[in-house]
Amino acid sequence: MTSHATNPRAWLGLLLIAVALIALPFALSMAGTAWVRIANLALLYVLLALGLNIVVGFAGLLDLGYIAFYAVGAYVYALLASPHFGLHLPFWIILPIGALLAALCGVVLGTPTLKLRGDYLAIVTLGFGEIIRIVLNNLSQPINLTNGPQGLARIDAFQLGPVHFAKRDVIFGIEITGPMKYYWLLLLLLMATLVLVVRLQNSRIGRAWEAIREDEIAARAMGIHTTAIKLLAFAIGASIGGLAGGVFAAVQGFVSPESFVLVESVMVVAMVVLGGMGNIPGVVFGALLLALVPELLRYSVEPLQQWMFGRAVVAPEVLRMLIFGFALVLVMRWRPAGLIPTLIRTRMVAQPSSTK
Amino acid sequence: MDIFLQQLINGITLGSVYAVVALGYTMVYGIIQLINFAHGEVVMIGAMVALTVIGLLAPLGFPPMLVVLIGTLCAMLVCVATAWSMEKLAYRPLRHAPRLAPLITAIGVSIILQHVAMLVWSRNVLAFPQIIHTVSYSVGGAQITNIQIAIVLLSVVLMASLSLLVYRTRLGTAMRATAQNAHVAALMGVDVDRVISMTFLIGAFLAAMAGVMVGSYYGVAQYTMGSMLGLKAFSAAVLGGIGHLPGAMLGGLVLGVVEALGAGYIGELTDLCHLQALSERLAERCAADGHLVLFGSNYQDVFAFIVLIVVLIVRPQGLLGERTGERA
Repeated sequence: MTSHATNPRAWLGLLLIAVALIALPFALSMAGTAWVRIANLALLYVLLALGLNIVVGFAGLLDLGYIAFYAVGAYVYALLASPHFGLHLPFWIILPIGALLAALCGVVLGTPTLKLRGDYLAIVTLGFGEIIRIVLNNLSQPINLTNGPQGLARIDAFQLGPVHFAKRDVIFGIEITGPMKYYWLLLLLLMATLVLVVRLQNSRIGRAWEAIREDEIAARAMGIHTTAIKLLAFAIGASIGGLAGGVFAAVQGFVSPESFVLVESVMVVAMVVLGGMGNIPGVVFGALLLALVPELLRYSVEPLQQWMFGRAVVAPEVLRMLIFGFALVLVMRWRPAGLIPTLIRTRMVAQPSSTK
Repeated sequence: MDIFLQQLINGITLGSVYAVVALGYTMVYGIIQLINFAHGEVVMIGAMVALTVIGLLAPLGFPPMLVVLIGTLCAMLVCVATAWSMEKLAYRPLRHAPRLAPLITAIGVSIILQHVAMLVWSRNVLAFPQIIHTVSYSVGGAQITNIQIAIVLLSVVLMASLSLLVYRTRLGTAMRATAQNAHVAALMGVDVDRVISMTFLIGAFLAAMAGVMVGSYYGVAQYTMGSMLGLKAFSAAVLGGIGHLPGAMLGGLVLGVVEALGAGYIGELTDLCHLQALSERLAERCAADGHLVLFGSNYQDVFAFIVLIVVLIVRPQGLLGERTGERA
């Protein structure tokens, strides 16, 4: 990245992309505010995918319960900024608490389990994710902590001084809706996260992760404190998940255990792997693709059927998931290293016999 | 004591089903190191097909046993066909791909199977036809039904036959050779592709049986039933030591029994009213409600995972698994 920075045309390109990204919600809101919300959810997924990529892509630890950290972040925000306990703390206090608590959960989960290898770790993290969800679902008794399956509603929107994220403002005759404000906030968060993960990847820690991923024994022999470095991956990944969870709670204004089912964890893993594990542009692309394609299908499948058969033959929701399933299978069939793989993966696929 | 016995019986029944499903996971994993996420969906398809066939044949007046047999056979055919195409079309092309690619494929296949099933059988909870009359027997204060006895016996027979197949036949030898080292097995004249196909087929055969068992045990079937069952069965396989057949059987039983006992006792164990002597406010609430349960039986699904996590922390290779060296 830095080598392009000296090139003025690269700067111009970056500037154009930045302007386009900032202006995007205006274009989207012409098609309907729903699309701005979809863009927000897509950005949240990108954040999640980037966080999980640290664990799965960089350190090579398969985590199938990542959504639990998202849940922790979301519930922390929901409990500290809703009428449920009557607490209304400002978001810039709660978000770090949520991220820290998620990181703590990551360490608590990681400490005993990191000596497990590969798929054993996968199933334990999966179990952890399910435990968190079931506990959230049931902690309405005997003391009502999470309000059980009904979830927590009327969660406060973000508020920063005079800027209230749930209200619409008109500045210089331009209408600015709540979702648009969240969009810019998320864009800012995303940029910060991108800088963080790119810097991490190229740092001493990032290289240690890569070494552990490729060969843990050799990494230890080289003097890497593998347990600490792996825990760090868990903690950083989890804190990004927790942060995203907090924003999610505010964007939706409502959280329930329904949002944190296993399928969501699986979806985030799919984003990372489909895009190209370990490769940041690939992961961002994978997350955007998997977050947006189902939405696009939602808006195209039903009208298409209406036009072809005069009625909805197959429920759009089902067709959407079917296409999604086939897409996963087909992409892996022809691009097993992901859509935008890292160089090392491309080489490994080209010479399969050398690795096993 | 009779609660204990009752939960033990229920747990062993459930555990037998878990064990049969777990065998499918563990065999595939042992041979190609793939978590076949779609295996639970194959069980679901088995249950659904059996449900449909039994439902169609039941009014025609055939003897009930025959109807169930035909239903099970049809379920096996469909499951085996599903697993065969799944392996051929989705997994085989990825045999040399990076490790996580087939996992994503498996997730894709699982989504496809679930939604196809939803199209075919609707999203409703369907009643599994109970055409074999349920008879309860009383054993030491606990009830055991003929269905439960049948499930346990059938599982034992299935596990015994599978063990014979794997440890006493040429195909079994080829399977074990492929699991140890596919490359060398191929050099020794083992048709690795065929062995892998056969592994999937045997797994699907077991899945079909498990589908019928779980359908007739609970009396209901739904297109989503495969996910949790598959998850538990996979946990059972890992619990016992993945890739290890007796391990999967033991893991299934342990998981089933722990789950049933946990569900039976946790409410009583965590009833805060045992502590009412300690606090007056507590005593007041207990006088009003009778119980103040901290964790109820709705935490049933948590036990499976807690046991799994605890066992793996103490014995990372699973209950029966051998400690293997790191594989590069």
